Amino acid sequence: MALDPKTVARVAMLARIRVPEADLAPLAEQLSHIMSWIEQLDEVDTGGVEPMTRVTHMQLPMRDDVVTDGGRRDAILANAPQATEMFFTVPKVVE
Amino acid sequence: MTALTELSIADATAGLRAKSFSARELVDAHISAVEAARPLNAFITETLDLARDRAGAADARLARGEAGMLEGVPLGIKDLFCTEGVLTTAASHILDGFVPPYESTVTANLKRAGAVMLGKTNLDEFAMGSSNMTSHYGPVHSPWRRRGDNRPLVPGGSSGGSAAAVAARAVMGATGTDTGGSIRQPAAFCGIVGLKPTYGRCSRWGVVAFASSLDQAGPLTRTVRDAALMLGAMAGHDPNDSTSADLPVPDFAAALTGDIRGLKIGIPDEYRIDGTNPEILALWDRGIEWAKAAGAEIRQVSLPHTKYALPTYYIVAPAEASSNLARYDGVRFGLRVPGDSLQAMYENTRAAGFGAEVRRRVLIGTYVLSAGYYDAYYLKAQKVRALIARDFARAFETVDLLLTPTCPTAAFGLGDKMDDPIAMYLNDVFTVPASLAGLPGISLPAGLSRDGLPLGLQLIGRAFDEATVLRAAGVLEQAAAFRARPAFIAGEA
Repeated sequence: MALDPKTVARVAMLARIRVPEADLAPLAEQLSHIMSWIEQLDEVDTGGVEPMTRVTHMQLPMRDDVVTDGGRRDAILANAPQATEMFFTVPKVVE
Repeated sequence: MTALTELSIADATAGLRAKSFSARELVDAHISAVEAARPLNAFITETLDLARDRAGAADARLARGEAGMLEGVPLGIKDLFCTEGVLTTAASHILDGFVPPYESTVTANLKRAGAVMLGKTNLDEFAMGSSNMTSHYGPVHSPWRRRGDNRPLVPGGSSGGSAAAVAARAVMGATGTDTGGSIRQPAAFCGIVGLKPTYGRCSRWGVVAFASSLDQAGPLTRTVRDAALMLGAMAGHDPNDSTSADLPVPDFAAALTGDIRGLKIGIPDEYRIDGTNPEILALWDRGIEWAKAAGAEIRQVSLPHTKYALPTYYIVAPAEASSNLARYDGVRFGLRVPGDSLQAMYENTRAAGFGAEVRRRVLIGTYVLSAGYYDAYYLKAQKVRALIARDFARAFETVDLLLTPTCPTAAFGLGDKMDDPIAMYLNDVFTVPASLAGLPGISLPAGLSRDGLPLGLQLIGRAFDEATVLRAAGVLEQAAAFRARPAFIAGEA
């Protein structure tokens, strides 16, 4: 299916990636090219096939619901592009 | 005496134990080689001072008789593995300045085994690529050149820096990660051995995630035995990765008996794709003859859904990537580009921080997971993936291994295939199916193209049967007797 520039703008918004207006049409063309190649999957009869949701045939392990890590605030904040005292900071979200 | 940089890992560990040389001498020789190899751009970060310290500690442990299995061995670490206190970039602008406060399980295992990290190797951004062209830190140059042609070639990708560094004798081995071929394809392009283990064999904890149901760490080395040794040190159960297999790690090197008599090796009909380079087909035929001569039984097998593997991959991998890469938001680590609202800050950061191929894949992934399209694309791909896995399961009812080429071509020129994403994706046509099925695969150098570039053969095995993959690879390695050397060897230039 061909993606139009409007769809690309919506998907880019969902993905939180700014795409300049002028790039929407060429990007739509590129993505449509990839999607139409992908659509050869429509040829495959998948009636009655269970989707593959795990790779190896293992049960997910269970463990006690206890804290196993933590108490490393400063080490973690050290990578923040902007932090104030003990907090990550973001642009104002509440007026 | 052989230059220390020419030794295999197996010979180096023997030499260290016999006190023929010290870890410090071995590491110093490779530090010079890493410096000499700088024109290849194989490393994003060199950790040479750290390596000198670790070499000293390795010598102390050797003297005390407490040496680990890779004590003193100089390695490159793909810059997708988090390394405590050492910049980790995933070759992306968006991870600018990220210094992990913790160590990935695989690199911690290697460290515990005594291995010495010389630096973090270059890769395609977030491991998305087959050429190493998408790195924010610039492309890696392959140490190989076509005969009589000095134009630079790609090392393959995404583990291109690792493959180039090993081939150029800057390090003895390197870690890679393979999502759709990112260990095997660069190994084939650079004339070395690359092993993608079974999904779950090596922990993914602390490896920057691309596609979580496909990503798997593995070794790149110059010999099959070295791949066995490195895998043994990297692998093992890890409670921090819920998909890590709780299985014992076999002595992989002990599996290299040199005997494949009676082993049944399948040749998948569907890998004879129209338009495949005749040189590749001839190499494949030679591989079949070598296996036969060693006493293996060759059988034709069919993997009917092979042609749907790539389009399936290009739904599953971008879908998982779009979800995994949602964490790069300019708040907790890495790059931040200001905006006048929180939303604008996110959008500006991700637009500036991700390169074109990563943006493309995140958008495709977001699209196929979005309301109204999920069933048509993502669910459909998961069903086709089940059929691809079933093809392999059926083949492995009658054979022990599959033998195929690793790639449809030899290495291509730096900057080629950049205009058409699908042409680039086709590099992985022979490696992606086993990735989707989670199976182990190895590429070993098996011959040269007419213009003097390495070509690889791939062996694919049953889940968690790396031992048989390695055993047969060892036999083919002997038969192929690949001795060709790249044009650029660190320290010889």
